[in-house]
Amino acid sequence: MQNISHQSAAHRSSAQKNTAQKTQTPLIDYLLRLGDNALILGQRHAQLCGKAPALEEELALMNVGLDLFGQARNWLGYVSELMASELMADKIDADHLAFRRDAQDFRNLLLVEQPNGDFADIMGRQFLFDAWHVHLLEGLTHANDPRIAEVAAKSLKEATYHLRRSSEWVIRLGDGTEESHARMQRALDNLWQFTGELLQIDEIDQAMLEAGIAPDPDTLATRWKVTVEEVLEEATLSRPAYDAWMYTGGKVGHHTEHLGFLLAEMQYLPRAYPDATVW
Amino acid sequence: MYAQLVETGTSKLRTLDEMSPEERQFQERINDEIKIEPKNWMPDAYRKTLIRQISQHAHSEIVGMLPEGNWLTRAPTLKRKLQLMAKIQDEAGHGLYLYSAMETLGADRDEEIDKLHDGRAKYSSIFNYPTLNWADMGTIGWLVDGAAIVNQVPLQRTSYGPYARAMIRVCKEESFHQRQGYQILLTMMQEGTDDQKAMVQDSINRFWWPALMMFGPSDENSPNSAQSMAWKIKRHSNDELRQRFLDQTVPQLELLGCTAPDQDLKYNQETGHYEFGAIDWQEFFDVVKGNGPCNRERVEARRNAIDNGAWVREAAVAHAAKRQRRAA
Amino acid sequence: MADWPLFEVFIRSKHGLNHKHVGSVHAADRRMAIENARELYTRRNEGVSIWVVPASEITASSPDEKEPLFDPSNDKVYRHASFYKLPKEVGHM
Repeated sequence: MQNISHQSAAHRSSAQKNTAQKTQTPLIDYLLRLGDNALILGQRHAQLCGKAPALEEELALMNVGLDLFGQARNWLGYVSELMASELMADKIDADHLAFRRDAQDFRNLLLVEQPNGDFADIMGRQFLFDAWHVHLLEGLTHANDPRIAEVAAKSLKEATYHLRRSSEWVIRLGDGTEESHARMQRALDNLWQFTGELLQIDEIDQAMLEAGIAPDPDTLATRWKVTVEEVLEEATLSRPAYDAWMYTGGKVGHHTEHLGFLLAEMQYLPRAYPDATVW
Repeated sequence: MYAQLVETGTSKLRTLDEMSPEERQFQERINDEIKIEPKNWMPDAYRKTLIRQISQHAHSEIVGMLPEGNWLTRAPTLKRKLQLMAKIQDEAGHGLYLYSAMETLGADRDEEIDKLHDGRAKYSSIFNYPTLNWADMGTIGWLVDGAAIVNQVPLQRTSYGPYARAMIRVCKEESFHQRQGYQILLTMMQEGTDDQKAMVQDSINRFWWPALMMFGPSDENSPNSAQSMAWKIKRHSNDELRQRFLDQTVPQLELLGCTAPDQDLKYNQETGHYEFGAIDWQEFFDVVKGNGPCNRERVEARRNAIDNGAWVREAAVAHAAKRQRRAA
Repeated sequence: MADWPLFEVFIRSKHGLNHKHVGSVHAADRRMAIENARELYTRRNEGVSIWVVPASEITASSPDEKEPLFDPSNDKVYRHASFYKLPKEVGHM
């Protein structure tokens, strides 16, 4: 599964093939996962502009979006530096990574690419992600790579606030009106299939654990479950089963159909004007 | 100008002698540049006019998020995306500062927003024009925010305290908006491809005249101005502000290496001002009346956001009530 | 429509300064009011502490009461340091 980029490389132009092949060190792959999660979820927030259920919420959603794009820039910036130093690929900057890769080269979780839907879908997606993100970032602050620890520490402050907000909304909607409860439960049930991937461990995660970068996966899983259970209980929502069927693949580039459209919109300008070097 | 054609409800300016003692005291206070605060006595027409003006201004900030939001998902670099998102977020914030100032006059925010949604309230004509290419994000920052700043700077001294304080905050935060916009255009004109340069010129061609219209009708067609000036909720005439904007903008246009879609635009050595061609006021009044390119979709987008969010707001209230009951 | 009530917002901009009124927000409850105030009034690191108070809970003095409330202190000059003339030799006090 790790060589997914190779499998489809034959169908791509040589430039894209180069980018794909250069994502092969485990560290780079791992950082792309972190960066792509932030980027894709940030883009979902960009799509929400002007659509919030209250004016106050416009500011709040955009604050989350700004934090996520900032995190994406930090992680992808580090990736581009590593590509230059370790792979001699010095022309691939963070923008190139964001705007010139195709879907199969993205390493984000399927959860974050799910469409916005209604506010219950939006907050459900955010909460399930934040509950994981906070504990992951907390673990990454102890990474033996100082750059990772530094970015994680900054991101952790932001994610902690995101979790506070998304938890509160899940509780409000779950324990609000009959309608909001039904919507929140339905959102949770629909999104649940994408949570298996949060806790799934593959060779990349394993390599990063051994390298002293990624936190212990069992601790991460336990903490995520505790947070989710506490909030869902207060929200009077029923938790789907942990052993339910799970839809996975985002971490290795097998995405849902939604990602292609998200990228088509996001990458439109750099792709329509490939000769433009500045914007 | 974000508030255009604000109705004052008074056709004739009264002298101090014609006023009641209360009103005279009020007007003298304004003449002395002492701020009117929420609990001070004020004429009903002043209160109503201010509610109209501040709500128009606030609506403009909120509707103004939409043409930029149209490109937020397609911003071409991470830096531009962050800048644009921060700018749009500021606009939401400025709308809220202004609604907050408006509410000190006893107006209800939801009621005023309803007026926006059913077409009774106006907002700046400029936001009814479509954003068709990326350069429009630059042009809006440069021309639209530039025009807004020319209008807003004097409003920091407006007679109503909460409005003046909101404007001080807005002006302080908005200083980066215009620079951000101009830099987008300058980068493309100086280092961009021919396609990018053409994009910039196309954008300026479309936004030039609508930006000049932002200041509202010429002084001779601005029947409410005299009363608004006496109340110091408007501090300069439309034409005066338009000229000030043009004088500062044309040199910036030349620095870009672009042209204005106005053959009559020229510098007058004697007056030290730029002269410009005739504004198509028919277009302006059409747009203000609801017949601009995007009027319907802008209002519909706002209405949908609030209508679709009704169940969310209700849930939050219901949950707060449950909590309060449990705590009691 | 289920309207969110109005809260007045006070921000302490730096440690050691008083909270200062900055405006208002709408929110369903106090906690949301704090968050909404944070999003709106501290986007540029303006604050280290936020108070929110339901607007309906604020009692304001009326301008009609200005004279009885504030004029009596006008002539209490002895409350101000400049009232006390001291010889230069005392220096700064």
